[in-house]
Amino acid sequence: MTSYILRRLMYGVLILIGVNLVTFVLFFAVNTPDDMARLAIGGQRVSTDAIEKWKVERGYDKPLFINNEVSGTQRLTDTIFYQRSVPLLAFDFGQSDGGRDIGWEIKNRMGPSLALALPSFALGLLASISFALLLVFFRTTRLDFWGVVLCVLLLSISGLFYIIAGQWLFAKVLRLVPYSGFVGGLDMVKFLALPVLVAIISRLGPEARFYRSLFLEEIGKDYVRTARSKGLSERVVLFKHVLRNSMLPILTGAVSALPLLFMGSLIAESFFGIPGLGSYTIDAINAQDFSIVRAMVFLGAALYIVGLILADISYTLVDPRVRFE
Amino acid sequence: MPNFVLLWTDAALFILAALVGVYAWRVRRSETARATWLRVARSSSAMGSAVVLLCFVMVGLLDSVHFQPKLPPSPDAPANAPAVYSPQVVSLLDTLLDDTALLHKEKTFSAPLSWLQFTKETILQDGGEPYRDFPRLEFGGAHLDDPEAQWLADVTFRAGLGAAFGLFAGLILAFALLGLIYRARRQTSSDTSLGEVLSEIVKGHSEVAWRAVILTLLIVCLLLGVTFGLASGYHVLGTDRTGNDVLWQALKSIRTAWVIGSLTTVAMLPPAIFFGLSAGYFKGRVDDVIQYIYTTLTAIPGVLLIAAAVLMMQVYIDTHPDLFPTAAQRADLRLFLLCMILGLTGWAGLCRLLRAEALKLRELEYVQAARAFGISHLRVIVKHLLPNVMHIVLITVVLEFSGLVLYEAVLSYLGIGVDPTMNSFGTMIDKSRLEMSRDPMIWWNLLAAFVFMLTMVLAANLFADGVRDAFDPRSRGFRPTRRSRLLAMLKRGST
Repeated sequence: MTSYILRRLMYGVLILIGVNLVTFVLFFAVNTPDDMARLAIGGQRVSTDAIEKWKVERGYDKPLFINNEVSGTQRLTDTIFYQRSVPLLAFDFGQSDGGRDIGWEIKNRMGPSLALALPSFALGLLASISFALLLVFFRTTRLDFWGVVLCVLLLSISGLFYIIAGQWLFAKVLRLVPYSGFVGGLDMVKFLALPVLVAIISRLGPEARFYRSLFLEEIGKDYVRTARSKGLSERVVLFKHVLRNSMLPILTGAVSALPLLFMGSLIAESFFGIPGLGSYTIDAINAQDFSIVRAMVFLGAALYIVGLILADISYTLVDPRVRFE
Repeated sequence: MPNFVLLWTDAALFILAALVGVYAWRVRRSETARATWLRVARSSSAMGSAVVLLCFVMVGLLDSVHFQPKLPPSPDAPANAPAVYSPQVVSLLDTLLDDTALLHKEKTFSAPLSWLQFTKETILQDGGEPYRDFPRLEFGGAHLDDPEAQWLADVTFRAGLGAAFGLFAGLILAFALLGLIYRARRQTSSDTSLGEVLSEIVKGHSEVAWRAVILTLLIVCLLLGVTFGLASGYHVLGTDRTGNDVLWQALKSIRTAWVIGSLTTVAMLPPAIFFGLSAGYFKGRVDDVIQYIYTTLTAIPGVLLIAAAVLMMQVYIDTHPDLFPTAAQRADLRLFLLCMILGLTGWAGLCRLLRAEALKLRELEYVQAARAFGISHLRVIVKHLLPNVMHIVLITVVLEFSGLVLYEAVLSYLGIGVDPTMNSFGTMIDKSRLEMSRDPMIWWNLLAAFVFMLTMVLAANLFADGVRDAFDPRSRGFRPTRRSRLLAMLKRGST
């Protein structure tokens, strides 16, 4: 097992290197640092001196891959690629184009992100599974039909509308929760209640429909028929047999999505003013801060790979039929 | 003759429409393909939504014929002066709607069907005394002398007339359709009477779900009639901050949604098919490399990859202003490139599906036989593998469409979507979300975006479900692997 995990880890590192190269090409080779400087300085203050100064301050004045002006190993190390991209592999994010330490920001913003993402994820999963189970329990009845119709309707509505409608209803009309904002401590609940609720509802449509089809697939199998023919009640069949077996793919899928929760949710965080990583990323996009976007791309990729490996491991742990190759 | 302007996305949309036409022609000629599509046609929900989608397609295509209208020659111009064209590019849809409220601007916000502006203004009385009140609109209800008393009667009259006209047009269309169905039936079996055909349709026993088609058609015609009856004198869905008709913006957004939904999937197909089939067919080293490429691509968070690419595109557009003569062309090219970016970052899912299918197919006897005959790899892939994975491609394309329309709204909100000057559902939502917190509330912008988007996405989803059910019979064993679908869904849910 250890060798298997090691092999997966090596593959992950290989992919991270690929991600690093792709982002480097995207951010530096397609557009020269000159273009970025012009964009960052903006307007009429653009001059050759200003551009040079901006580049020197951020270390963008060096050649991209190979520095021909110096000798020895410095030919490779005294370049933008070595100084800006290679440290990423060691999770040293450096400074943003605005001059702040990205690593520090990430550490501070992970908390609020998780405070929103974890409850939404767990409660959303719970709600979707319960709703799907309800539909399956009443399958081939009116309730099931209209439940599926509701799911299709729910998944045809843009997530933005849920947020806007939720803020309007709960914050403006009913005045139950504040519009947006965030505080630490227990008061957090007040600020997080609405975003979590919105997240649950906007995920209910697609997920419940998908889980329903998973359960229905499982319910047609032979062992379920055997269980019924033994005289077990529908409730026992559904919860003890069907649910347990179809939970395997659901749980492993959830495990692989877990690490990505650290990245926070872009839309919800910016709408509800939660100072997490999602809103950090949006601010960076709006301010066209390439260093932050690059760091976040790298972090997201690393977390995705961790998720993949976790999913592989959990798959083999919960389902004894699957073995390590 | 006006001066026709062919924008990038126009050309792409027309080529796409032509390709769909060619495909339809081929389906007609092929027995098996026709049988599969008949299964789609049997589902009422799919056929009803197909009618709705067709209406949206018409709007989108009409809005894609762009031209600069010819200006009337100035009175003192010499007789042989060259024709002068308007600097403004308009579309065929604009010309069709020229007389309605849709193209008449107001000063600022006005509520749906209102004759007064939403905000107060200082108005000069006859004697020169200024006072503050809601001014009358320039177009909406301008024909009324005494709005308070006449408004209700006028609105009912216009709506009723429109409804009657719409229903009449709908009935004519329905009867024309009925005649066509009857003629087709007579060709196969000459002893069917019109009554039989009619009762079959009414009872819903016909082979194609004609009842749903005709009902949807009537409803659509009725709604169109009411809307345009009212639009002859009022802004049906009000006006926005700059006084533009909201209904007009919503209609314009339909084209943007079509472009995003269709062009992106088309951009996605070549890499997905090429890499997916070669990975599955050649296996070994080729497979390793291709798997590495798409795993790397999926590892990068989707929104961020798109954001990065769009930022790069923005820098390029900003540094090369000479390449784009007009703002419309720049906005259009930005939309085109956005579709390309979305396509080139989103092909991994389909690629994975095709790889798995190709791995399965290559072991089958007919492929082995083809190899044994010494047929080249390229020919085997094109002639034997490709036709047998096309159902997966089709299902993915229709399933992907609605998701992309929704995604555009998110991207536009994040500022990495379409050009802010371009009408789209995303920009409509983005502009109107703060208006909800005003008092009194301005709800019509959001409502218009919501209704149109919901209709389009819901119709697309229902149609896609019909297509999937017809092309993806469980017996054939194609289902996207559970985990990859789950992963994709959870990933999308987390953004």
